[in-house]
Parts: sequence; structure tokens; C-alpha cells
Amino acid sequence: MKSFFSALLQSRAGLFGFVLVTVFVLAAILAPFLGLPSPTRSDLLARMAPPTWTGLFSPGAHPLGTDELGRDILSRIVYGSRVTLIVACSAVVLGGVVGVLLGIIAGYYRGIVDRVLMRIVDIQLALPLMLLALLVVAALGPSTRNLIIVLALTSWLRYARIIRGQVLALREREFILSAHAIGAGTWRIMLRHLLPNVLTPALVIATLELARIIIMDAALSFLGLGIQPPNPSWGRMLSDGRVYISTAWWIVTFPGIAILLTVLSVNLLGDWLRDYFDPKLRTSR
Amino acid sequence: MTEMVTAQESPAPLVQVERLCKTYGGERSLLGAAKPQLRAVNDVSFAVMPGETLGLVGESGSGKSTTGRVLLQLEAPTSGDILFKGSNITGLSKHLLRPYRRDMQIIFQDPYASLNPRMTVGDFVSEPLIVHGVCPNRSERQDKVAALFRKVGLDPAFMKRYPHEFSGGQRQRVNIARAIALNPAFIVADEPITALDVSIQAQIVNLFQDLQDELGLAYLFIAHDLSMIRFLCHRVAVMLRGRIVEIGPCEAIFENPQHAYTRALLSAIPIPDPDLESKRHPIAFDVNANLPPQSAVLEPVGDGHFVLRG
Amino acid sequence: MKPLLEVRNLTVEFNTASATVHAVNDVSYTLAEGETLGIVGESGSGKSVHALSMVGLIAMPPGRVVRGEVLFNGRNLLALSQRELFDLRGKEIGFIFQDPMTSLNPVLTIERQIAEPLRRHLGLSASQARKRVVELLELVGIPDAERRAGQYPHEFSGGMRQRVMIAIGVSCNPKLLIADEATTALDVTVQAQILELVRDLKKKIGTTVIWITHDMGVVAGLADTVQVMYGGRIMERGPVRAVFNDPRSAYTWGLLKSLPHGSQRGVKRLYQIPGNPPDMTREPVGDPFAPRNRFATERCFRETPPLVDAADSVSGHKVAAWYDLRQELAKLEAASHD
Repeated sequence: MKSFFSALLQSRAGLFGFVLVTVFVLAAILAPFLGLPSPTRSDLLARMAPPTWTGLFSPGAHPLGTDELGRDILSRIVYGSRVTLIVACSAVVLGGVVGVLLGIIAGYYRGIVDRVLMRIVDIQLALPLMLLALLVVAALGPSTRNLIIVLALTSWLRYARIIRGQVLALREREFILSAHAIGAGTWRIMLRHLLPNVLTPALVIATLELARIIIMDAALSFLGLGIQPPNPSWGRMLSDGRVYISTAWWIVTFPGIAILLTVLSVNLLGDWLRDYFDPKLRTSR
Repeated sequence: MTEMVTAQESPAPLVQVERLCKTYGGERSLLGAAKPQLRAVNDVSFAVMPGETLGLVGESGSGKSTTGRVLLQLEAPTSGDILFKGSNITGLSKHLLRPYRRDMQIIFQDPYASLNPRMTVGDFVSEPLIVHGVCPNRSERQDKVAALFRKVGLDPAFMKRYPHEFSGGQRQRVNIARAIALNPAFIVADEPITALDVSIQAQIVNLFQDLQDELGLAYLFIAHDLSMIRFLCHRVAVMLRGRIVEIGPCEAIFENPQHAYTRALLSAIPIPDPDLESKRHPIAFDVNANLPPQSAVLEPVGDGHFVLRG
Repeated sequence: MKPLLEVRNLTVEFNTASATVHAVNDVSYTLAEGETLGIVGESGSGKSVHALSMVGLIAMPPGRVVRGEVLFNGRNLLALSQRELFDLRGKEIGFIFQDPMTSLNPVLTIERQIAEPLRRHLGLSASQARKRVVELLELVGIPDAERRAGQYPHEFSGGMRQRVMIAIGVSCNPKLLIADEATTALDVTVQAQILELVRDLKKKIGTTVIWITHDMGVVAGLADTVQVMYGGRIMERGPVRAVFNDPRSAYTWGLLKSLPHGSQRGVKRLYQIPGNPPDMTREPVGDPFAPRNRFATERCFRETPPLVDAADSVSGHKVAAWYDLRQELAKLEAASHD
């Protein structure tokens, strides 16, 4: 742990990403204790109030302005981060675990297992993702859990395809043959030899996927299939505020910046983690 | 060559392959066109005695590496039998084969690709001990790995390091430590020194010799460097396009080669001596014009010396 | 003989984020017209890097020529622009690389690839170039050259591809041909044919050759002069017979001694050079071979020995060593008789 932080201090980009991610996570966890107005309480007298920095700590202040129903945008962003981060992170992890495992299995066993899995991937890629999401939500009904499942469902195949390709190349490497030669079991080969060597590409895909999933969440919310109102989610805030962009720019801008910063910080942290887990780069640091 | 005499006196071979074949291709793909067949290993038979080094020489595409891999069933043979101490182990399931894995190990050519880049070299060497449940006690296992490191000439303090911190020669020592961890009787060494620097090759060859003396190992030593084969091996088999064209005691092969291909191969080795080198005249051999017919058989031409004729 | 190539104090580094690799350290030598120079060394010896850096073929950055001059026919190559180097390579200096698989473009016919330098450097017309391509293929011993010229690289065997590479290398009658591990990837029987071809070509067209290899045997049969490199430096150089029969550097001596030769009946162990190749990221101090040298003196670790004439040897035999190898070997001999 000590070496983790001392390594982190050496990388400006990594540290920036780490600090930002920590701030977002802490804000999400501690939201009720930050003294923010309720994210769902509307104040029709203060509809579309612009951001104001005077009297910042007075109870009625709206530092980032209010939306079309007079709800405090800062509060909605902070509470929205709870939903968005839980949904996006769960979907990334779920899709990642399933995708990496299936990718390893397909690449390791090849033959019929591989062909079946890859045909499923092809078929799913041929369907528009949005259509698939609509079908699933329509069938299961909108809820946070179902939203996570839908988003993971659109995500696993990206891992599976790339990891399978990596494993196909890795399994010809001599250290895998060497593992067979000592009589190592299938699980040992997959988990001890293949998995650590595909973590780097998996991490890269995961950082890209997180960004995509936050935006997809926004799209689903826009169609009314995501987080149900009045609960705030960044995607929903974006889609709802879109119509007011010419009159009240702050309604879409701040959630947009929140998404941007999250994606950026996760990418920076992801890049750094990738290097951190590479033993080749670790010693030179 | 006293070892060879004792090897001949003990009649039971350690490892035997009989009429081994490995064919690639031939299966039909999805669209119905059959891939062309390639006979990588074609009707190969030989035996390795305990404590003996059998050299397997050939050029690229001769099937020498495939022979080593099929022998250890890292690839399934198309036909033929593999016997270890007289029992037929061909086609055994992974589970039934596992006890034999303790006795038969392999060392690969590329010291870079043969180590897992994400595993410390200590973990890599201890893996066979874990897989076979030897030394279940962790600290006991650490001691055993440290002893293996010392035996192959590595500092046990390196155990926590990752492969990229080592030079080619050191990596090959790590591979050797892993291969001997379970006290095997037989090791397939697939071009183990080819990728190493010249100044390191002698170190690794000497290590092979020392381990043979100490542990009574038998080697199938696959190489294309004939001068190293001559130094290291008791017997030599020469492969050409999947077939053994000549096999016999090392001296017989080098002093009295019978097959035209063996002669061409021997005449092609550059000699590190300008005076001898200027007198050397390579004999040409056109492989495609001289492919041995399928009906050719190995005929005896001397004591334990056979050549493919037909 | 007038010098074709003069290398003076060439020093090349690679700067990476974590370390500086001192690849070539203060290498100086001259190469006469018509001479064949065999450069022997192992990985990290600087043998390839120094040749590639002369003609701007290393990536810069991370590579950097720190110091030095390379005079080719009196012109300093290191001062040339990219454009001028582009005109020089393939025309005045030809190359043959290790891997004939990756050095040829798989989607172009052999004819196109040989004709390209002919048309670019010599300005030949399409029909002139075609005629010359067939001549070149015949020169490098490819039978049925007319037909083979229209084929693609995958239709050629490894040895035949290397012959094509040689044809490209000599196509514009270069004054200097640099071959970098040109037979390493080939089978021994094919290597023998290629070496035969190179000897033959030298007789026919008299090109000056730098042959870079790790194989002492290849050099013994091909080179006039041998240059042994280690740790980015020249350890020893001289006429091939002098270096092989009377080595003065402990590294050359150790290398030759560690090779198995003849039957060696009853010999159980090879002579081995102890230790590992040098860490090229260390600032070079002293004799790079000193840590592995049983004869090293205290001075070898402190001071870099200059490359000077070897005592009582033929002219041109030079060695960089503080110790006297002949004396040390005589002591060793005496000790073994006690």
C-alpha cells in the first residue's frame, strides 16, 4: 500500500485522476451530510435561476443555478453521481468480468465453444444496441438493477472479442505449453497464466466502456427507460436540460462537465493503473 | 564415452516412440475446401536410454520440434505410440497423464516467451511443486525453490523478481530450475541455447552436463547447431522433412555419415578457424529432388547406426 | 589502398524515460576499398547499432549520435540531410538485413522491388530496369530469372528471398555493402550457399563489405579483417588469421575457446566465460569485459584501454587491453604443468 501511494505521487496524471475519482466517490457517499438542499425539492419561484456566487453559504443559495422546476443543480449532480456511479461502475464490472471470462474460455478452448460464443457476439453486434436495450427494459421493467443488466449486456462483447484474440496469441506462447507440460489444470492455466496477461487490455477497455456507459445511461434515461424521475441522474439531467440550452445554459452544462471530469479522471487513473500493474514498468519507477 | 557403453548394457529404454506421426491440415473448413495435409512428423521411431543424451538435428521444417512436443503430448499424435519405462502413455487423459508429467519435462528455445511475464520467477519455479502437491508447506516450498535456484546457478535473492529483469541466460536457468523441480528422469530440450549469446551458450551447456551427472537425467536435445550436438550427445538422429534419415552413435554420424543429407549438413557448418574454413567445401543437397519415398526403411550400416534407404 | 570509410570516435546513445543506453562508445576504424570487414559481437555489443547509425537508420529520438564523424569517400555522413542520406542509401551503400521475410513487401512482385532503387537512383527506364532485374537475379543464382521476376515473395523459399535481398543490395553497384546478420535466420545448408554466393560476388564486382554477425565461423571464412566488439567498444581487430590464431583480447580468446570443436573425446565441460552480458545502461567506465575477465587487472576497472597495435604481431592487429594476454596464458600454462 505504501508503495502504491509513493508510486502514485510520481505520476502527475495518475495523481490527478486518483484525487478526482476520490472526490467524486466521497461526495457520492457523503451527499446527505454536505448540507445541500434536497435534489427533488422544487422551488417554482426560483425556476431557472442562474448560477450565483454571492451568499454562497446562505441556505437558499444555488451556486450552480436551478433547473426548469427550480431544483438545485449542484445537489442534483451530487445525488445524481450516486446513481450514475453505482449504475456505471456496476455495469462496467459486471460486463467486464463476464466478458473477460468468456473471452478467455473462447480463446482457450477454441473449437465449438469459441464458434458459438463468437456467433452470439456477431448476432448481438448486428442488432442496434438501443433496440436491444429497449427490448430488455420493456420485458423486465425499468429499475436500477435492470438498467445495470442492460448496460452490462451491451458491454461484455467488447471485452470478449478483444480478450479472445489476446488469448489465442497467448496460448501458443511457450509458458502456456510449459504449464501443460507440468500437468497444470485448466483453471490454473486460465487464472494464473492467461488472466494476469490480459488484465492490461481489459483495463483499457474498461476505462473506455465507463465513458460509453455513462453516455448510454443518459440516452436510456432520455427515452424514459433509465432512472425514473424525480430521482436525479446525470444522463437524465442532460436530456431534460437540453431544450433550455439557449435560455438557461447551466442546466446542461454542469452535468456535462461532471460527466467529462468523471470520464477524464477515470481514464487517467486507468492509464496509470495499467502501468502500475505492468511489472516491466514498475521496477523502472 | 563411458556413459554410452553403460546405456547400451542396460536394455530397458526410458522413453520410446514407435512409428510416431503428426499430420496437420486435411480437415475440411466451414466452406468445404480441405486444407492441404502436411506430415510434420512421419513414421518416426527411436528410444532414449536412462542417462543418455539423444541429439535430434534438422533444419527448419524438419519436424524436430514437433517431435519433441508430440512426445510429451503437448500436441496429440496422429498415430503411433509413446512409451515411458515400457508403459504406453499415448492418448491418456490429462488426469491419467499427470503422474508421468513429473518424469518428463521440456525446456524451450525462446527464453523470453517461455516465462510468464506477470509471474515472479520464484512463483514460476514453485508452480510444478504446487500442481503436484509436493511440499504443501509454504516455507518448505520456499526452501526447495531456493535450493533449485542455487543448483542452476542463480541467487535465491532473485526469487521475487519478474522475468524482464533477467538476461537471456538467466531466464534459461529459471526454465531449467522449473524443469528439474519434480526430479524428472527425462527432459526434452528444444533448442535451449539457440537464442542465447555465444558467450552464454557454454555456461548453459555445462549446466546441462552437470545436471545429467548429478541427477542421471536423459535428454532429447533438439538443435540445428551440429558442433554443439557433437559435444553434448551420445547418439544423434538426423531429421529431414518429418523423417529420420540417419540415426546412430555420435562418432559414427560425424566420422562416417552415410546419408547424403547428413553429409551435406556436416559440410555446411562454418568452422571458426580461417585455415580450415578456406579449405571447406560445402556439399549441395537438393531436398525437393531427394525426398525419401514413403516406402523407405532404416537399414543397419553399423553398430547401432541406421540409415534411411529405399 | 585508400580508405573508403573512416569512422572516428562514434558514440551513440538511446535515451529512454528510465535510462540511457550507451550503445556505441567511441568506436574508430578505417575500411579500405575492396576490403571485407567481419564485425563479431553478441547482443548489446553495438555491432549493428553503430553501422545503422552511420547512415541514419536508427530512430532519432530515442537514438542520438553523441559524438563522432563517419567519412565515406571523404564526406561526413553524420552531417548529411535526410534527403541526402535517402539518395545515398541503396545507391552508394547497399544493405542486407537479417530477416528476408519482413524485409520484402509481400504485395509487390520481386521485379518491382528490385527495380525501385534502379529507377530511383539510376534513372533507368522501365524496360532497362526490367533487363537489369533479370541480370541481377541471374547474378545471385536464381534459376529461371525471367519468370521468377514476376512472382511474389511468398513464392520464394527463405534462401531464395535472401538472394533477392542481396540482389537489391548490390543492384546499384554500391561501393559499400553492409550485411547485418544476413544468414542468421537461414538453415546451415542455405547459409553455406549464401556465403558461397557472397564470396563469388566479391570476385565478380569487388564490392567493399561489412559483414555483421555473432558467428565466429562465418567470419573465419569470409572476412579479410575481423573486428570483435563488446559493450559498445572494439576489443580487438586485425587480419583474420592473426585474430583467430593469436588473439590478444581475453574476450576473443574466451569466445574461441568456449566453442566446441572437433570430437573433444573425453572432455566433459566446455570452457565458459563467467557472468552475464554487460548492463548497457551503466555509464561506461573501464574495460567493459573486465567483470567477466579472469585476467583483469585493477586498472581494467578504472580506465578504458585504448585500441593500440598488438605487440609482436602483424600490422593492423590492434587490441584494447591493459593486461598482456600472452603473458597471462603462459602463466596459466605453467601453472597447469605444476
